[in-house]
Amino acid sequence: MPNATTIALIPLLPLAGFILLGLFGRKYFKASSGIIGTALLLISTILALYTAYDYFFVYGNVNGVYQKFVPLQLTWLEFSEGVSIDMGLLIDPISVMMLVVVTFVSLMVHIYSLGYLKGEERFPTYYAFLGLFTFSMLGLVVASNIFQIYIFWELVGVSSFLLIGYYYDRPSAVAACKKAFIVTRFADLGFLIGILILAFCSGTLDFATLIERLTSPESNEVKTSVTYSFLGVSALSWGAMLVFIGGAGKSAMFPLHIWLPDAMEGPTPVSALIHAATMVVAGVYLVARLFPIFSITTPAVLELVGWVGAVSAIIAAIIACTQTDIKRVLAYSTMSQIGYMMFSLGVSGYGGEAALGYTASMFHLFTHAMFKALLFLGAGAVIHYVHSNDMKDMGGLRKYLPITHITFLIACLAIAGVPPFAGFFSKEEILLAAYQNNRTIYWIALITSGLTAFYMFRLYFNIFWNKPHHAHGENPATAGRHGEGGFVMMMPLVLLAVGAAAAGFIPFGEFVSADGKPLVSHFHLNFSIAPVAIGLAGILIALWFYKKQNDRPAKLAASLGGLYKAAYHKFYIDEVYLFITKKILFNLVGRPAAWFDRNVVDGMVNLTGKATQEVSEGIKKMQSGKVQQYAIYFLAGVIVLAALFIYVWR
Amino acid sequence: MMEPGLYHILFISAALFFIGVYGFLTRRNLITMLMSIELILNSVNLNFIAFNKYCWPGKLDGLFFTVFIIAIAAAEAAVAIAIIINLYRSHQSIDVENAEDLKY
Repeated sequence: MPNATTIALIPLLPLAGFILLGLFGRKYFKASSGIIGTALLLISTILALYTAYDYFFVYGNVNGVYQKFVPLQLTWLEFSEGVSIDMGLLIDPISVMMLVVVTFVSLMVHIYSLGYLKGEERFPTYYAFLGLFTFSMLGLVVASNIFQIYIFWELVGVSSFLLIGYYYDRPSAVAACKKAFIVTRFADLGFLIGILILAFCSGTLDFATLIERLTSPESNEVKTSVTYSFLGVSALSWGAMLVFIGGAGKSAMFPLHIWLPDAMEGPTPVSALIHAATMVVAGVYLVARLFPIFSITTPAVLELVGWVGAVSAIIAAIIACTQTDIKRVLAYSTMSQIGYMMFSLGVSGYGGEAALGYTASMFHLFTHAMFKALLFLGAGAVIHYVHSNDMKDMGGLRKYLPITHITFLIACLAIAGVPPFAGFFSKEEILLAAYQNNRTIYWIALITSGLTAFYMFRLYFNIFWNKPHHAHGENPATAGRHGEGGFVMMMPLVLLAVGAAAAGFIPFGEFVSADGKPLVSHFHLNFSIAPVAIGLAGILIALWFYKKQNDRPAKLAASLGGLYKAAYHKFYIDEVYLFITKKILFNLVGRPAAWFDRNVVDGMVNLTGKATQEVSEGIKKMQSGKVQQYAIYFLAGVIVLAALFIYVWR
Repeated sequence: MMEPGLYHILFISAALFFIGVYGFLTRRNLITMLMSIELILNSVNLNFIAFNKYCWPGKLDGLFFTVFIIAIAAAEAAVAIAIIINLYRSHQSIDVENAEDLKY
């Protein structure tokens, strides 16, 4: 059986780090804060790995089915019989897998940041925030109650806000953190309403009971809730859809993705942790967590999930081909890969062979966490070296950053789906699932896969090959000023590279599947010819364009004309949002509300103040300081009262 | 010679009360005002005695009240004189018109 203390300690240790460093870090642990945070997380990681081993190999599998365990459940708030907000731990294959992913990537980022942010003024604050984020993410992962997941969901949003705005003296970072918070918060409104609808339909907030009640068509809850509908869509579908909107906001799905590229204003390790490997997959995790409801009760919403994922995947891939800020390329790449996970869930069925998409999605989540964290940390090493985010300032760095170069190449090969790296296996499964269930999505995914290979290798060649590097006009021989950042920055890269290269060989279907039964994924050699070929084609095209400095990219951009320009401007989605908010919302809602506030609400307050002042101005003369005048008032009062008592109130 | 009844005494008491009030409101000298207050208190005493004698002859409550009022009036006079002396020290006057610093 699972040990509640061990599992509870995994999120609580980073919380302890947050409290310790947040309260006392700047005063007492100025230099040692990084070590403290990292050490606590190391313990967490070891516990998580132990839990995973224990679950998958010792007690988790009963009669061939991976069970769900709730080793700890504390009732926090009880609204009515059955509807309560609990704080609990839910142990099942995906939560255990996420525990490992989150702690491992977070540990890598903690170690890496020791080098990357060395000498930073707010170093303890940074580690405190990282601790808070890790705690919230782990809490989200093990949540046993849909409201608990919501609470941690918001905490994750707050810590993401704090970390994006870490360089709070840069206006762009401040704008980016506000944007990220507002956009995700807006989506979370949908999530909250969705929770309320689901809770109303099922009469519970507990995951296990919720799924049980809402997935069997004969249950009373489903029977009564199909009678409610709004705009011709049943209440349950609305609930599932709104929950998905929350997930889409957090996972940067089109059209709620606009915050993710801007979130790259945060420190690069933060991007690796939050905006690549962990927080942005929370939406995928949420859909996976409620997958039985999506799949069995509301298949139409699941199809929507699939389409949103597919559209996000291809749009992000097209935009990524045109961006020149390397972190933005990676951000769009993240969005595209999360799109993969989403549509993979969308095309999946529940149980058996049809549930391949679910397993594939979780598998891709796992491998993506490895190679995308690696890409971001590698990009961090590059940025650390050239002090710029822009591709124009890079080129020919392979001699100066050998370890970064090799690990980055491994990650690029992994994300491009080249065998035998991790991305190949997970992407194959996703494509296979799409092929079996929805051909249109399959073709979109195939094109996206080629685009992915192209833009990743465009990035790779632009950083490490292309033009020779001139280190700020210095002599290249002495240009290795601080090199690659030393052991603490290289070790995570190497470890993640091992993960990115080897994670694909894990027989993932054995452990994670929609219904807990092991899923044997068949490897179709014929099937994988097309994706690998298109991936290699993408790489070769990138090679032809970007290996050496030439004018081919410029010519291509010119020949594509409007399309290139639109993609370069991210399809003007930001502008559309700005138009809607600034022109329409501000003028139609904001300004009238401001007028009402200034004139009516403030007016009432001012009137109260003014009336009080006027009256007191008028009657203050009564307090004259003359004793005898007071005596007259007193006497008059007594006489009036006496008269009243005698003649009126007798 | 007619025995004075309750109404006679109440008339005297009321006259005494209003003489006291009139004195309190019109005199500017604090000592005189204090004396007016004594008149008011004594008019009350007179009321108590009269009601005790004519309405509840067998009881002593009114007498006790009077004794207490006399005692309290003495204490009050002591306090008032002390205040007046302090006022004189700070203002060189015991005219109530000059003691109007406590105002808006």
